[in-house]
Amino acid sequence: MSRRMLVIGAVATLAIAGGWWLAARVSSRRTSAGQAPPTTPAGTTVAGDARKITATLYFVSEDGMALVGVQREVPFGETVLEQARQIVTAQLAVAPGPLVSAIPSETTLRALYLTERGDAFVDLSADARTRHTGGALDELFTVYAIVNALTTNLPAVKRVQILIEGKEVDTLAGHVDLRHPLQKNLKWVKTEKGDT
Amino acid sequence: MFALDDLAKLFELTVREDSLAGGLTVTARTQSIVLTPGQSLASVGGRLISLPAPPTRDGRSWFVPVDFVPRALAPALGTPLELRKPSRLILVGGVRVPRVAGSVENLGALVRLTLDVAPQTPHAIAQDGNRIIVKFEAETLDATLPALSAPDLIQNIRVGDGASVVLDLGPRFGSFRTSDLPGDRGSGRIVIDVITQTTAAPPAGTSPAAPPSTSPPPLLDLAPSGGIRTIVVDAGHGGMEDGAHGPGGTLEKTVTLSVAQRLKSALEARLGVRVILTRDGDATVDLDERAALANNNKADLFVSLHANASVRASAAGAEVFYLSLEEYGDQAQRVAKGETEALPVFGGGTRDIEVILWEMAQARYIEESAALAKEVEAGLRERVLMSPRAIQQAPFRVLVGANMPAVLVEMGFITNAEQERQLVSEPFQSSIVQSLVDSIIRYRDKLASPRPAGPAAAPARPGGGVRP
Repeated sequence: MSRRMLVIGAVATLAIAGGWWLAARVSSRRTSAGQAPPTTPAGTTVAGDARKITATLYFVSEDGMALVGVQREVPFGETVLEQARQIVTAQLAVAPGPLVSAIPSETTLRALYLTERGDAFVDLSADARTRHTGGALDELFTVYAIVNALTTNLPAVKRVQILIEGKEVDTLAGHVDLRHPLQKNLKWVKTEKGDT
Repeated sequence: MFALDDLAKLFELTVREDSLAGGLTVTARTQSIVLTPGQSLASVGGRLISLPAPPTRDGRSWFVPVDFVPRALAPALGTPLELRKPSRLILVGGVRVPRVAGSVENLGALVRLTLDVAPQTPHAIAQDGNRIIVKFEAETLDATLPALSAPDLIQNIRVGDGASVVLDLGPRFGSFRTSDLPGDRGSGRIVIDVITQTTAAPPAGTSPAAPPSTSPPPLLDLAPSGGIRTIVVDAGHGGMEDGAHGPGGTLEKTVTLSVAQRLKSALEARLGVRVILTRDGDATVDLDERAALANNNKADLFVSLHANASVRASAAGAEVFYLSLEEYGDQAQRVAKGETEALPVFGGGTRDIEVILWEMAQARYIEESAALAKEVEAGLRERVLMSPRAIQQAPFRVLVGANMPAVLVEMGFITNAEQERQLVSEPFQSSIVQSLVDSIIRYRDKLASPRPAGPAAAPARPGGGVRP
């Protein structure tokens, strides 16, 4: 009984810590709102109350040879878990041109879980496999767009494992080993001029 | 994996499940084999034998790794059992079924057929009308014979009656000559040169097996194999898995198979090595099975062939991958650095053992794989367009379980219309094959020459014992 209380306590602490961190991000975003947003694509800047955070999302470069990190506004989530869902949902959305999404079209987020160890389980719809181009490089980009989007923006998320239709999978398209949670890996990301 | 029920029917075994101890007892004649779920071991009459994987259960059926047959069942039955994975044969007792692997080389005025026979088997070669017959002293043959591209000289190569290989000759046949060479590990090699009429070779169609009176054309590259005897070539995807699609409808699985078959012929002809394909048709093959095939055949190299795809139609160029370990945690990286643990062994004493999950076997070969990838990248660069990401490390599923140096080659982007045309073309496929053969020769030669420093090139491997 007391152990359970302890676990609940730990989860609550984590949630509070995460919420505080996000609040800090949001307020810092608001203080810098007077300046022009760095490389936010046109049309996405939302003025007023709708609370947003700025997150780095990853899309495929124009030459198809790398991911590119782009600052995007993402709806604010009250908890780390909720924020993680918002980030992945934004990552699955249409990419800002001329970049393209690394994740096959029509892929949806079915569920997202977070463990105390900081492992996020991202459950995607079958489209992530069935609509994939099948290329090894594209597969790396699909996987690491999601892994990096979560681990870069949410320090509470240490590793990410992708599930398909609720199940663990070997690979998405026959190459990248998805049997274990993966850590952030920025070697597939190109640093763009003027973008940090 | 084999279903235990099937083996039980075939070899008249009784299988009892001990629900209390959680074990499985297989009784073969008087001997019993005890298997424990979750353990890659079998106890045969009290003696422990390692298996590549533990027994697994699917519904009501139990499955055991294929090596259960030669390693555990054969000693229990007291009968030699030989497993031929590529040809899906289990040989019971002392039947003589030599493996015959053929390859053909077109050398202009002659066509050279090379038959690698394992084990070496007595044979006679004779001409009978418009056929040359190689008759083996055996019950039957386990033959893989090549396709031909010189129909006017040899129309067909096939398995004939009894245990024989038959060459159906074409109209331009003049003469032939043969030579026997010893092969590796008790195998034999028969070389048959079929010569056209127009050459200044011995008189046409009369004396069979004429001695080589003229100086032969360039011989096989029989340089010392430098530790490379068996190479597994993996044709990516296949069967239900098409892999990537080109804009013109080309499927990756078709391209990879075609190049794999060409590469097999070229490697056999030029290096005199045994080459095993993970698939020789449009078959669905599990990623685990591909590495397991290489491991079970004690292959010295593993080369996986793929065609790339991109959401960007303009992406182009070849890429070479080898495994990255960072995704697999500290244990894999410790093994890569050669750290071992001393463990007690059966029969007393201790032995330094690299403790690693079988599924991460590749961790021990990262340096060699990097060296191989470097040669392959350099070789490809001489002949085909390279991507800006020419050599990379990635956590690829097919590589991680390979217990030998292993690389994955993306030959080009099938989603690029121009590259799609190239990938199906003969010249491009030949360029890829030539590059890979050259690279492997260079890698072999570097292995053979003493290295300035660093760990031994070929550490001992686990799971050995029975010759495949």
